[in-house]
Amino acid sequence: MAQLKVEDLHKSYGSQAVLNGVSLIANKGDVISIIGSSGSGKSTFLRCINLLEKPTEGRIEIDGEALALVRDRNGHLDCANPAQLRRLRAKLAMVFQNFSLWSHMTVLQNVIEAPIHVLGLSKQEATTRARHYLSKVGVEGREGDYPAHLSGGQQQRVAIARALAVEPDMMLFDEPTSALDPELVGEVLRVMRALADEGRTMLVVTHEMSFARDVSNKVLFLHQGKVEQQGSPDDVLAHPKSPRLQQFLAGALQHPHPFPTAQAPKVTA
Amino acid sequence: MNFSFVLDPDTQALYLRGLALTVQLLLGCIAISFLLAIPLAVARNSPLRPVRHVVWLYTYVVRGTPLLLQVYLVYYGLSQFEAVRASAAWFALSNPLFCVLFAFVINETAYSAEIFAGAMRNLPHGEIEAARAFGMAPMVILRRITIPSALRSSLPAYSNEVIIVLHSTSLAATVTLLDLTGAANEVYSTHYLPFEAFMVAAVFYMGMTFAIVRMFRAAEGRFLAHQRPRTV
Repeated sequence: MAQLKVEDLHKSYGSQAVLNGVSLIANKGDVISIIGSSGSGKSTFLRCINLLEKPTEGRIEIDGEALALVRDRNGHLDCANPAQLRRLRAKLAMVFQNFSLWSHMTVLQNVIEAPIHVLGLSKQEATTRARHYLSKVGVEGREGDYPAHLSGGQQQRVAIARALAVEPDMMLFDEPTSALDPELVGEVLRVMRALADEGRTMLVVTHEMSFARDVSNKVLFLHQGKVEQQGSPDDVLAHPKSPRLQQFLAGALQHPHPFPTAQAPKVTA
Repeated sequence: MNFSFVLDPDTQALYLRGLALTVQLLLGCIAISFLLAIPLAVARNSPLRPVRHVVWLYTYVVRGTPLLLQVYLVYYGLSQFEAVRASAAWFALSNPLFCVLFAFVINETAYSAEIFAGAMRNLPHGEIEAARAFGMAPMVILRRITIPSALRSSLPAYSNEVIIVLHSTSLAATVTLLDLTGAANEVYSTHYLPFEAFMVAAVFYMGMTFAIVRMFRAAEGRFLAHQRPRTV
């Protein structure tokens, strides 16, 4: 059975459409990379799945259970049942671009927080679990440190441990390496690859073409809020059909950390 | 200058009783206003516009008028109304100690609520979003993330606020109470030594301020460790 089923997701901010009908099915063990240039809607798509952003149209089904949605005053779809949303959110742990660790809590406190206060584990059970996942991501011996005292790569690995500690059905990664210094990207990608090898279901919005090619079993290329091409990494990355995808891949090869042309410095005569 | 009166046991007792009252007023005002300010700060940032506006109006009115005037309004002003004098609340409102504490709490709650509400608005948005993404309920997010984090970042501003409250308690002397300033006033009228009488009180106030500063420095060391650069 599909672990996640998203049908025809639309999202607009006022008159500006960001998503124009994106659908996706993730089965257990799928590692799906979502690629696309900035502004293609890939992060918005991911954030609509757990309703951090409210879509304007669409259906979301998690583990065969449809997320109950109701239209709010602004015409967006909001959750109809907060308790259901919280329960389903806890099945989809998220890893953010800027780590978003709770800055006033130590590493250990960050990882035991959701298991205790969302899942209702005892502090002792949560701590055992947290130590297990912290060692899995290779951040041992820093339990008492605050996030600000760790490197970016360590912070992101703690954030991954925090996500693992709720033992989710599926993990959502929102550009997990985009805020990292280039030399720290590798350690985070290695952890993610290890998770994929364990058979975890992962949805990864990324600029890392090597990860999309080597680790995922499915790649989605988004362009202007639509799925322009999808399929196996070989289909999408080695044999791109869409001219826009060809163009995107050519750019991505030139700049492993893509530089949107709009932001590039302009030389004026 | 003649400080020989400080050797007089009656004068000493007067000052010490005054000191005790000042400390009581300070602790009572801070404890009560702290507890009231937290829910008000949450309401001040409420997504519901009317709730937000009511709290804004309260803090605006209170912060827009002098504390001395508020003490006078409570102590002298309310007794003007027959309905107040006839009510059960008169038992408390005829007591000057209750009146000043009431006015101090009303005043200090407004300032603390604004400090805490400002800190809540400045929390990194991503941390709140992460809590939501993990399925935390709104009350849990307040209790575990928003309030603890905002109180921590309020500490430096709040320590200043507590010092201001300490000094504001001297207004209790204006409504017949013998707090530290009231005691000094009493010593002055007995011995006709205004400079010396008030200097003794000033030394006590400075000592208390120093203690408050040290306590908050210790609290910042404990609760703001995550904001300090790492010292390894």
